[in-house]
Amino acid sequence: MKYMSEFRDPSLARKLQNVIGAETKKRIRIMEFCGGHTISLLKYGIPDLLPDLIEMVSGPGCPVCVTSKGEIDAAIKLASMDGVILASFGDMIRVPGSEMSLRDAKARGMDIRVVYSPDDAVKMAADNRDKKVVFFSVGFETTAPVSAASIKMAKIKGINNYFVLSAHKTTPGVLSALLAEEVRIDAFVCPGHVTTITGTSIYKPLTDAGRPCVVSGFEPLDIMSSILAIVRQANRGAAETEIQYSRVATAKGNLNAQKMMKEVFTPVDALWRGIGAIPGSGLKPYREYARFNACNEFGLEIEVNDSETKGCICGKILRGLNKPTDCKLFGTACNPEEPVGACMVSDEGTCSVYYRFHGKVSEIEAR
Amino acid sequence: MCLAVPMELVEIGEFSGVAEIGGVKREVNLMLVPDAKIGDFVIVHAGSAISLLSREEAKKTLDLLNQIENINDAEKM
Amino acid sequence: MKRADHITLAHGGGGQASGELMKNVFLPAFKNPLLETLSDGALIDPPKRGKLAFSTDTFVIDPIFFPGGDIGSLSVHGTVNDLAVSGAIPKYLSAGFVIEEGFSIAELKKIVASMAEAAKNCGVSIVTGDTKVVPKGHADKLFINTTGIGFVPEGIDISAKNIIDGDIVILSGTIGDHGTAVLTRRKGLEFDTEIVSDSTPLNSLVEAMLKAEPNIRMMRDPTRGGLSASLCEIASISGKGIVIEEALIPVSVAVRSVCEILGLDPIHVANEGKLVAFVPSDSAENVLKAMKKVACGKEASIIGRVGGCPAGRVEMKTSFIGNRIIEPVIGDQLPRIC
Repeated sequence: MKYMSEFRDPSLARKLQNVIGAETKKRIRIMEFCGGHTISLLKYGIPDLLPDLIEMVSGPGCPVCVTSKGEIDAAIKLASMDGVILASFGDMIRVPGSEMSLRDAKARGMDIRVVYSPDDAVKMAADNRDKKVVFFSVGFETTAPVSAASIKMAKIKGINNYFVLSAHKTTPGVLSALLAEEVRIDAFVCPGHVTTITGTSIYKPLTDAGRPCVVSGFEPLDIMSSILAIVRQANRGAAETEIQYSRVATAKGNLNAQKMMKEVFTPVDALWRGIGAIPGSGLKPYREYARFNACNEFGLEIEVNDSETKGCICGKILRGLNKPTDCKLFGTACNPEEPVGACMVSDEGTCSVYYRFHGKVSEIEAR
Repeated sequence: MCLAVPMELVEIGEFSGVAEIGGVKREVNLMLVPDAKIGDFVIVHAGSAISLLSREEAKKTLDLLNQIENINDAEKM
Repeated sequence: MKRADHITLAHGGGGQASGELMKNVFLPAFKNPLLETLSDGALIDPPKRGKLAFSTDTFVIDPIFFPGGDIGSLSVHGTVNDLAVSGAIPKYLSAGFVIEEGFSIAELKKIVASMAEAAKNCGVSIVTGDTKVVPKGHADKLFINTTGIGFVPEGIDISAKNIIDGDIVILSGTIGDHGTAVLTRRKGLEFDTEIVSDSTPLNSLVEAMLKAEPNIRMMRDPTRGGLSASLCEIASISGKGIVIEEALIPVSVAVRSVCEILGLDPIHVANEGKLVAFVPSDSAENVLKAMKKVACGKEASIIGRVGGCPAGRVEMKTSFIGNRIIEPVIGDQLPRIC
């Protein structure tokens, strides 16, 4: 697979493993912010290739995990209305709201369909003019412009039965929470695709606070060389933003995508499941695109519901304060089949990835 | 975030085109990459191209990976 | 009497309309002496030696027509394959239909014709059946149950309990074809691809394998849940550890590409024309050779061996570095964007 397989070369990985091992001189806690990085790290067993001095901590960059119960409940409420088709990314289907998940709702007869792209949902609207198609739009800055482009496409094509329920969130708001003293993260592996859109300026607060930031691709060699770059920065006392993923990400980002987001969406306050309210960190369609906002069309308000089950420590795990194995519910009351908290609900949630991959590779290496 | 795959652009229309990987083709939204040309590699996320992939930078990255040496060794030499 | 174009509740009622359906749709397609007696139960002469194998499966696939097959051919192949991997020569099938009111009779005829052709190719007869019709909205177009009887020759004993350390694991061909073929045709997930379902009967493949080595320990056809589900079940029942190598598992480029795009793992994706076999180590090469001579086994590959990891566990030596523990996928694998 072009531009993927080359970055999965095991012999180069072994080389990187040796170099990282040789050059790491002191303890360092590195957070990989993005859920996609968490999956790659654990799927390829990268923590087991790193020296003990390096501790990898997973962050809150899992948009599915941080979608609030109120947002899911709103999606289900819309799906329950006559004549509504709710289209959703597959990632969201099993996430529980306050009472049930979209999958449960579908089992009760609601018309809920999985799509790969918001454009598929727009097509669904074009093919089903007698219905209203609501797209449950989730994601950070990688996905928000894609959703914005679909809304613009719907407007251009005059598809007026297409609506979007936006649960989008933006990265900068949560980054400052990660600088809090008790979090103790020394450096960041930054999300390659979010940066592709936003550019690197969003990491300035982190580097100003003395944390090296390396924007990484998602293949194992990308992540390992980003970790090496961090170790090298730490060794020389630097705190800069570097782009490892230079084949895609640039310092300025994708200006067209940024323009598209600004044209279609405006910031609103948002509730991050497990973390709390972060002002201005959500997005909703506005101006000439306001009529595509499902909340406007159906007179719906997203309820603020931040209750979590007793014993659930997702908020701390999302900020890197605890590991999944510190949670009393992990693996027992809370597991991928019956997730309780934000971190278990998505395939890329920290707890879910841990459950499926972690500790197991190291068990093998230890034999 | 997240899952995105490099695909080759094989057709271009007004707002969308067709991208291909391993013989699998898919219509992709090109509104975020208006400068894309046929033959370009684009990064496709949720059915939309979010960026071009630079072949020169990809080569540079791979060359760097191939040349990675222990800085300590390099200093000794 | 005017022939109806669509199925009505009367067609399932056991009266005249039912009789018409039998006469005009099922009998002409499935023609065989046992079915033509129209008795409540088909009477079969059991084999003089060996055992009877008995298997059932129900098919609810959506869409009902897909590249490489339809719910009809799938329902025949599915049960034939369950019998074949049990070491049986598939002989007789029953076919039970639950049809949604309003279903097109023309489509029903197509599906039934497809079943007839599949049965002919497998050497099985559909000897008994039943049809029920439910009101519109109470079923998704059509569900089919097939139940099959096969004869297991004396001396053939296929069971996970036979597996011992050192046995070789052979996979009959590429994985992930059926699941991706169906997924990429669903509305909302459409991709332009030549991927075709691998739905095919495996009985002639099994016959060739058992001829090369009658003491094949165990076989299974990995359907829903993919290769991972079958291997994990077998590891659990046998109490053995199984280690497979990712680089040896055949996956077509197209299937690999779709899986990359949708974030799926091919080892969890459904197949409908593949089997995994556990074979004594000294006859593995012979079995492999015999498989490659049969059309549906031409890409057969040795993918691993029994032993080398804790009992009951399945590990995969990855194409990258190290081993990964393989567990069955939780729920259905859904396409993801994260």
